[in-house]
Amino acid sequence: MALLEVTNLRRSFGGLVAVQQVSFAVKAGQIKAIIGPNGAGKTTLFNLICGLLKPETGQISFRGESLSGLEPYRVAQAGVSRTFQNPSLFPRLSVLENVMVGRHRRTCREFFACAFRWPGQAREERAIRQAALAQLEYIGLAYLAAYPAGGLAFGQRRMVELGRALAAEPEMLLLDEPASGLNTREKEELGELIRKIRQRGITILLVEHDMSLVMGLSDEILVMNNGMPIAEGPPAMVQNDPKVIGVYLGVTKE
Amino acid sequence: MRATETEYCLTQLTMALYYALVALGLCLVMGYAGQVSLGHGAFFALGGYTSAVLTTHDVSWLQNAPPTPWFKAAHLLVARQDLYGNSLLTVSPWAAFLAAMLLVMAVACLIGYPALRLRGHYLAMATLAFGVIVNKMLLASSLAGAADGINGVPEWHLAGGLTVCGKGWARAQNYYLACALVLLTVLVLHNLVHSRVGRALQAIHDGETAAAAMGINTARYKLKAFVLSALLAAMAGVFFTHYTGGIGPSEAGAFKSVRYVALAAAGGLGNLWGVAVMSTALNYCSLRGWFGSYDNAVFGAILILLVSLAPEGPLKPLGAWLKGLAGKGLAPGASSSLRRAAPRERPAALGASEGRPGHGAA
Repeated sequence: MALLEVTNLRRSFGGLVAVQQVSFAVKAGQIKAIIGPNGAGKTTLFNLICGLLKPETGQISFRGESLSGLEPYRVAQAGVSRTFQNPSLFPRLSVLENVMVGRHRRTCREFFACAFRWPGQAREERAIRQAALAQLEYIGLAYLAAYPAGGLAFGQRRMVELGRALAAEPEMLLLDEPASGLNTREKEELGELIRKIRQRGITILLVEHDMSLVMGLSDEILVMNNGMPIAEGPPAMVQNDPKVIGVYLGVTKE
Repeated sequence: MRATETEYCLTQLTMALYYALVALGLCLVMGYAGQVSLGHGAFFALGGYTSAVLTTHDVSWLQNAPPTPWFKAAHLLVARQDLYGNSLLTVSPWAAFLAAMLLVMAVACLIGYPALRLRGHYLAMATLAFGVIVNKMLLASSLAGAADGINGVPEWHLAGGLTVCGKGWARAQNYYLACALVLLTVLVLHNLVHSRVGRALQAIHDGETAAAAMGINTARYKLKAFVLSALLAAMAGVFFTHYTGGIGPSEAGAFKSVRYVALAAAGGLGNLWGVAVMSTALNYCSLRGWFGSYDNAVFGAILILLVSLAPEGPLKPLGAWLKGLAGKGLAPGASSSLRRAAPRERPAALGASEGRPGHGAA
């Protein structure tokens, strides 16, 4: 059964239709990529799924429940974590604290319990710290735990952001151009990490420009152009699709 | 004469401590949740006035109403005499305190709910307008004593022999009570900011979209922090009113609200101890009259200087400077410069990195 199912999604800004007639499904345990030229509507589609934008028509269902129209925090609580094209860490918090914020969804103590150290709060706090440290070790950045996140290099910020998203133990991970701004070596490491994450049973949907990464990594690819899907399937099939080649190489249909 | 002067200072110190409670509440809202409130003076006044009106307004016409004996038995209503020996029936201070807190909670929710669902400085606008409205309403209302405010607010017997009032015999205990309240507030807020909730608030401050993507209900967290700080201001107002025996409409004025923002900034916004110490000290100076007729101008100047020169507050750079001096005194150069260099040094980049690309997309 499909984990995420998008049906006939449409969204426009003024007169510009950014996304229309988009339907696709992501199966549990899959790595699925969305590709397409600039302005194809990939980021709009992403923002529709995670709640930053509301769809005009269409349905998004996750584990059989509707996500469409929900606030972003509700989408996150439902089990969809995301990263941003420009890694958006909380710069004044330490790296460890950033990842600890990722545990928010999995913990429950509120204002009263935290202010008065209600029984159980200290235990939860320790558990949050341990889980966050474990997550940092998993992505290999435990040695950065105490540094302020604002002072990290670009590639490190991206990895910490990934760790923060993983700390929520999501069912599904949305990655918005995870390889942009990374050098070749970092891209390879990222590819390895994404495979490892999938082995933990987390389903991954990513938007990416880097073709070598996408082709090597994905089980399925959705190609978009002008706000509409033009091809969908395994990498080998998509690569040889004349419509896809046309879009990417600028060949016009005769 | 010596003794009188000590008591006089003590009174002003106690008042300054109550004002510090307001600044501490602002510290949570501004320093952690990243929202600006220009209406905390109004919450202070609303708390104080509610308590003052209820505890001084005579309701003896209710004397023969059926539930009155029950209210008396539950200590919600008390029969007492005013300064001239007239017998009164008024709401008890404890009941008035609870009523003030409930009222301020409701009002803060009403103002905060729409303003905090939006991003940006809507809260500052809404609270500024709210402060002006409260100020004008107090000035126009005969129930609130118009420009004179309310006097003759009775003593508040807390528990045991502890009494909130301005009488000479109670000065020392009131000073310690105010100290205890400030310490308790610092402790509670310290717990709060070093927890899941505190991290969530700072996350909202640093990036609301990213915070929401972590499952944080940003609107609700901002609202809760705002209401909590409004309640702190109201609590300070209630204690202050019982301590000084009255309250005036200037407490709700925009100048007072801006002063609280300046005090929070002077302590370093995110620094609870700094805010407690600095706001007590500065308000003490102000209450002693050391700033003369430049009182409001001094606080305005503090705010402008801090915002432009030391947004993190004056204490942090001062502390670093003192540490530097101490380090030089102990061992020439070495230890202190090493200690200071360590956090600034960037950790080794991911992997064995060579030239790092900036932000360019592939």
